Amino acid sequence: MRLLNNSSLFFGFTLITGLVMIAILAPLLATHSPYQTDVDNWLQAPSQQHLFGTDRLGRDIFSRVLYGARISLTVGLLATFLSVGIGTLLGLMASFYGGLIDMLIMRFADIVLVFPSLLLVLTLVAIFEPAIWLVILVIGCTGWPSVARLVRGEVLRLRQSDFVASARLLGATNRRIILQHLLPNALGPVLVAATLCVPAAVMTEAGLSYLGLGVQLPMPTWGNMLRDAQAYLRYAWWYAFFPGLFIFLTVFSFHLAGEGLRQALGIDRSTRRNKSA
Amino acid sequence: MILSLLRRFAQTLLVLFGVSAATFLAMHAAPGHPLQANPELRLDPTAVERWLQLRQLDQPLLSQYLSWLSRVFRGDFGDSLLYNRPVVELIAERLPSTLLLTVTAFCLALFLAIVIGIYAATRQNSWLDRFVCTLSLAGISVPNFWFGIVLIILFAYRFPLLPSVGLRTPGDGSLLDILRHMLMPLFVMVAGNFAHYVRYVRSAILDVLNQDYIRAVRSRGLQEKEILYRHVLPNAAIPIITIAALSLPRLFTGAMVAEYVFGWPGIGRWIITSTMARDYPVIMTVNLYTASLVAMANFLADALYLLIDPRTR
Repeated sequence: MRLLNNSSLFFGFTLITGLVMIAILAPLLATHSPYQTDVDNWLQAPSQQHLFGTDRLGRDIFSRVLYGARISLTVGLLATFLSVGIGTLLGLMASFYGGLIDMLIMRFADIVLVFPSLLLVLTLVAIFEPAIWLVILVIGCTGWPSVARLVRGEVLRLRQSDFVASARLLGATNRRIILQHLLPNALGPVLVAATLCVPAAVMTEAGLSYLGLGVQLPMPTWGNMLRDAQAYLRYAWWYAFFPGLFIFLTVFSFHLAGEGLRQALGIDRSTRRNKSA
Repeated sequence: MILSLLRRFAQTLLVLFGVSAATFLAMHAAPGHPLQANPELRLDPTAVERWLQLRQLDQPLLSQYLSWLSRVFRGDFGDSLLYNRPVVELIAERLPSTLLLTVTAFCLALFLAIVIGIYAATRQNSWLDRFVCTLSLAGISVPNFWFGIVLIILFAYRFPLLPSVGLRTPGDGSLLDILRHMLMPLFVMVAGNFAHYVRYVRSAILDVLNQDYIRAVRSRGLQEKEILYRHVLPNAAIPIITIAALSLPRLFTGAMVAEYVFGWPGIGRWIITSTMARDYPVIMTVNLYTASLVAMANFLADALYLLIDPRTR
C-alpha cells in the first residue's frame, strides 16, 4: 500500500513538474508563434511541421497549447492561493471566536460549498465583463469553504491536545497558541486541500472559457481553444482533442499528487460529515 | 433532536434569504442592463427607457427587491425578459427532458458505484481494486465537456453511429430514436458521477469493515456474505446516502454542461444562454431554485444523520 501511495505521489508530482516546465519554457519549446495566423494552412492535420495540427486561422495548435499552459496554471495557482488564504483565515476565526460568528461563517461555508459553483460563476461573469482577473477572483472566492471547514475542524481537534494545554499553562496567549501551535500542526491537511483546489480551479477556468465566459480570445487557453474547435469537430479532430487532453493531464496530475500526499501524510478522507458545525 | 432540526431549518431559510438578496443586489448593481448585453443592437433611447419603465427596472434597487420578494411569496416569479413569458412556464417546458437525463444518469451512476464500490472495497489492494481507484481518479479528472466532444468526434463523425445533437430527429418521436440521442449525453453524465460516487462508496465500506464490531462478528464465525449484507451495508448506507444527497447540485451542473455540448433541449442549456443575456427574472429564479435544492439536500442529509445515527443526537 505504501508503495502505491508513493507511486501516485511520484507520478503526480512528475507530471506537475513537466507541465510547469512546459508553461515556463513555452517560448523555447513552441515551434511557432501562438498568435501567428497562416490562412493558407488552416485546419491542417498533425504533421512534422505542426505537431498538433493547425486551427481555423492556421495557427499552430501545439504552440497554442504550450502557451495555454501558462494561463491555466496561473489561474489555477492564484485562485488556490486565494481560496486557501480566505479559508484559513475564516476557519481560524470560526474556531477561535465560536458562537454566533462560528455559526455564521460555517452556514455560509455550507451554502458556498454545495452551491453549484458553475452557476455562481456564470452569474457573476455575466454581470461583469469576462476577464482573466475576474475568473481568478471568482474561482478563488468560491473554493475556500472546504479549506475553512478543514482548518476549523483541525483547530478544534488540536485544541484538546496536551501540548496546547501545556502551552496555555505556561501563559501563552490565544494568539500565540493559534499561530505557533495550532496552525503549523494543521498545515498537512491544508496542503492536501490546496493540492486539490488547483484541479478544481483549472477545470472551472476551462469550463468557463469553453462557454465563452472566461479568458477571451485571442489569448490562448485550453478552454477557449475547445470552444473555437466546436464548429470543426467533424473535420478536424485534433483541434479539440489536444487542448482537452492537456486539461485532463493537468487535473489528473494534481489529483494524483493530492491523493498520494493525503495517504502519505496519513490524513483520512472521512466520509463522515463534520458534525460540530 | 426536533429542536435542533428546526433551528437548522430556520438557519437554512435565513441563508436562502441572504443568497437571494446578494444575487439581486449584485445583478442590479452592475452597470448596464439586459438591452446592453448585445452591443450590436442599436436602440432608440426613449424606447429603452420605456422598456425599462414597463418592467419597473428604473425603480430604486431596494423597492425593486422588495416587490420581487413579495411577488415570490405569492408564487409569481416574473416574466422572462427574453421571451416575455412567465419564468415558471419556461421552466416547466424544459424540465421533463432535463429530468429524463439527470434522473436516469443519477440512478445508473449510483447503482453501478454501489455494486463496483462494494466489489473493490471487499478486495482491497487487489489489482481490481487498484484499477477501480485509478479509473475513478481519471474519471473525476476528465473535463465532461471535452469527454462529450471526444464522444461526438468518435461516434457521430468518425463512425457515424449516433446523432450528435438534440433529443429526437424531427418527425420521428419513437422511443428508440430518443434513446439513440440520449446515449452519449447519458454516458458522459454517468461516467462523471460514477467516478465520484465509487470513491465514496469504497471508502465508506472500508470505514465500516475496519470497525471493531465487524471484527467481533467475524470472530463469531459468520460468513463473509452475511457480514456484508447484515452488518456492513446498513452501516455504510448513511454516508452513501449523504453523499448522494449532497451531490445533487453537482449533478445539476453536470447536466448543464452535457446539455450544452449535446444541444439537449433542457433547463441547463437555457440557463446558460439566459444568464449570458442577463435575463434577470430567470437568473433570480434559477439561483433561488438551486439554492433551495442545495439547502434541502443539506438539510435532508443532516436529518438523516440524526434519524439513523444515535451518536449524533
